[in-house]
Amino acid sequence: MPQVPEISMALLPFINNYTHLQCKMRFLLLFSRQGKLRLQKWFTPIPEREKKKITRDMTTMVLARKPRSCNFLHWKDLKIVYKRYASLYFCCGLDAEENELLALEMLHRYVELLDKYFGNVCELDIIFNFEKAYFILDEFLLGGEVQETSKLVVARSVEASDMLQEKQRLMEIILLFPLFFSCYHGGIHEQACILTLGGMDLHTPEGIWTITDLEVLLLYRTMEL
Amino acid sequence: FPKGRSSSLMIRVIRGARTQGEERGVIQRECAAIRAQFRQADNGTRSHNLAKLLYVHMLGYPAHFGQMECVRLIASPRYNEKRVGYLGAMMLLDEKQDASLLITNSIKNDLSHSSQYVQSLALCTLGCMGSAEMCRDLAPEIDRLLRASNSYIKKKAALCAVHIVRKVPELGELFTPASRSLLSEKNHGVLHGAVVLITELCERNPETLEQFRKAVPELVQIMKGLVMSGYSPEHNVAGISDPFLQVRILRLLRILGRNNETASDAVNDLLAQVATNTDSSKTAGSAVLYETVLTVMDIKSESGLRVLAVNILGRFLLNNDRNIRYISMTSLQKIVQTDHNAVQRHRGTIVDCLKDQDASVKRRALELSLALVSAVNIRSLMKELLLFLSSCPPELRAHTTSGIFNAAERYAPSQRWHIDTILHVLTTAGGDVRDETVPNLIQLITTATELHCYTVHKLYRALIADISVQSLVQVACWCIGEYGDLLLRGECEETEPVQVAEDDVLDALETVLQSHMSSPATRGFALTATMKLSTRITHNVDRIRSIVSIYGSCIDVELQQRAVEYNALFKKYDHMRAAVLERMPVIDKSSPGHTNGESAGGSIKEMEPTKRTQEVFSYLDMKYRLDAPLDHVTRPGKTLGPNYRLFMTFVSHSHPPQSVQLQMKAPSGDVIPAHGLGQVTQTVLLNNPNKVSLKMRVRVCYTSQDFVCQDTVQIDSFPSPAW
Repeated sequence: MPQVPEISMALLPFINNYTHLQCKMRFLLLFSRQGKLRLQKWFTPIPEREKKKITRDMTTMVLARKPRSCNFLHWKDLKIVYKRYASLYFCCGLDAEENELLALEMLHRYVELLDKYFGNVCELDIIFNFEKAYFILDEFLLGGEVQETSKLVVARSVEASDMLQEKQRLMEIILLFPLFFSCYHGGIHEQACILTLGGMDLHTPEGIWTITDLEVLLLYRTMEL
Repeated sequence: FPKGRSSSLMIRVIRGARTQGEERGVIQRECAAIRAQFRQADNGTRSHNLAKLLYVHMLGYPAHFGQMECVRLIASPRYNEKRVGYLGAMMLLDEKQDASLLITNSIKNDLSHSSQYVQSLALCTLGCMGSAEMCRDLAPEIDRLLRASNSYIKKKAALCAVHIVRKVPELGELFTPASRSLLSEKNHGVLHGAVVLITELCERNPETLEQFRKAVPELVQIMKGLVMSGYSPEHNVAGISDPFLQVRILRLLRILGRNNETASDAVNDLLAQVATNTDSSKTAGSAVLYETVLTVMDIKSESGLRVLAVNILGRFLLNNDRNIRYISMTSLQKIVQTDHNAVQRHRGTIVDCLKDQDASVKRRALELSLALVSAVNIRSLMKELLLFLSSCPPELRAHTTSGIFNAAERYAPSQRWHIDTILHVLTTAGGDVRDETVPNLIQLITTATELHCYTVHKLYRALIADISVQSLVQVACWCIGEYGDLLLRGECEETEPVQVAEDDVLDALETVLQSHMSSPATRGFALTATMKLSTRITHNVDRIRSIVSIYGSCIDVELQQRAVEYNALFKKYDHMRAAVLERMPVIDKSSPGHTNGESAGGSIKEMEPTKRTQEVFSYLDMKYRLDAPLDHVTRPGKTLGPNYRLFMTFVSHSHPPQSVQLQMKAPSGDVIPAHGLGQVTQTVLLNNPNKVSLKMRVRVCYTSQDFVCQDTVQIDSFPSPAW
């Protein structure tokens, strides 16, 4: 009798469910009530033309919804979850297997993060500081998945990155404009700006200062920033 | 200092543009300035310019000339330039662009940068747009970071690994060892990333899945810790401790428990605990409960747990939050086949949702209600469905009517109920029913022989009330034509009889004939019905004669043809009129098919069995039986009534064999001289490619001295060399 090979039972779910091995969240869009795009994050590679079409479809569909409708839609083979916050619509496209209620929570979390960062965030904040909106998003999601579930940690990470950016900028300014300054030991010196950055050597007319602490001391008056 | 406008200023200027044209102009100028700046040496303005370009890109304008600038900025030692450079890469470069490969080296270097924020940029970008090639290149780096770094980097490395595995599934093996040890981390971010990574690995590789089944107890412990822990301000959302992590763990447990008794057993208690202890008053809790329900239904749970899960969904149906009602119904839809009885218990609430304001909820409620129809609840549920139909949104009407018809056909408790239901639908939404509804209803009516009187009464009443719904009017006309005598009798057992005179009935049909609301098909029905009444009424046959003769010159060719034929029936074939117009037999839905040919140069009308019914009703509305010759199939413009007809039928086949084709050529003549002094030949071509054995009956009908005669001969087998 010829041996008939057995199909492993474990393989069956894979044979049937192979389709949802794509990214779970496909895109996240923010647009205004007039349909103007304010932020777009795509988690799968699609051509520019296709992105524009999807964006158009989303804005048309979502803006047509009546005020107290449910926040879930079906579009092609995706679930669309959207929520309106003031004048902005937050809209994401999910795989058919995803948990829509959790997606709503995810959108809400992003709004809270923006709100914490900008202080009572409004659409204008996102228009004029769109890079910051992206930086915040990139600390919250990665590859379409939630990367950090603590609001506090995300906020701190964004703050720290901003600080790093600020320090670098000020460093450049200092290096571009040699100035008199003195070392800080408990008092604020009005004449100059002193930055202490971990692990850096600062060359000044007074000599080389080795900086060990991680603190920014202010003093913009003399810097004209 | 920074040359060119700052990005805020540029944005302000763009927004100040009053027209699309003005905006385009501003953007063109700004882009030209940006391009010029890009060409210059490093002057500290590059990040500002790229940021401006990214804004322009978001408005929908082309920005491909910024791609190389992204590459340059990413390679810069300055953090702010890297930050904007990586952002630009994620927005302007995807794996399909050639430029994306150029950043691989920078990413590699940045993955080992001394600053974790630079590492983070590289990880984020790789996890967002890394191509398969980049992923293969950098996977070992990611694995290293998974094992030895701080939690900030580990959590990002885990999700980056997820992306890599999606792009290059074979690399899953590389990450499996490290991901296992990540489960012992306390940091929620890392734990979350680990669970997502393990889920991805298990979904792709059955062996990995088998391996991770051993981790079920550990996962259960983590989950228990989350559910039972006290208030943790950092992760709390509306009383739930880290709903994101809870949902992901539940999903992983679902995958591990699927089709596996041991794993399913191990999580039964946990699922019961989560199901009973989670507060679902806010979305966060509901999200966790929802995931729990999905998990229970998908693994091999105890029946008690399954009932608990369905009851949770039932509770969701009563929730004030529309979203929760909606997802409850989508879930119930998925399990209505497997757990039919459990879902039936919530039928009342589901039916109530038909009245919800929200269109999505209504749609879901309709689907679910139709799935719940059974022989037991058909009467009450149909009442609700008909009520729904009267006020349902237009986009759902067609679906509702076909759902109702299917349900009625499967579970009708009586023929009268069935007919009543279909009539109700036609009255309410007759414009949204499919074309087959009319012949299907007619077929149903013929089979309900005891109800003919009742049916014609109902339809007559409907007709005189309203003639705008074509499907209803067509059926009504057909019924009146067929059973008009029962209407005129003035007595009926099942319903209040009408007292009508023949003129009233003819008036009703004539109104249909003359109304501009009637479609051509409907008018055809009305004319044929009028004609049929000529054998069912006694006094007003002349009126019918005059109607028929008037329509003999109707502009509508179809009506004209009918009228002309009916006229002929009155004049030349009056002796046959009664036979031709007599009561139709009960039509069997799957009646044997025949292929009948026409002679006299006509082309074959090859009719399939089911199409036949349609054909009969719409074309001639006359009897078309095997045994009765049909003398009046004419072509418009030709002379009436050829002198003979040739019928060929396939015997002992319930359907004509599909492969066999019949083609009749024109006969050599119209008249056979008497006394054997001549003959008429007609060639029939039979194409039988599959060499099916055939038996055929040939019937020749002819008129001889004004008598219609027929001869039949049976061919039992064709000579074998014939095929």
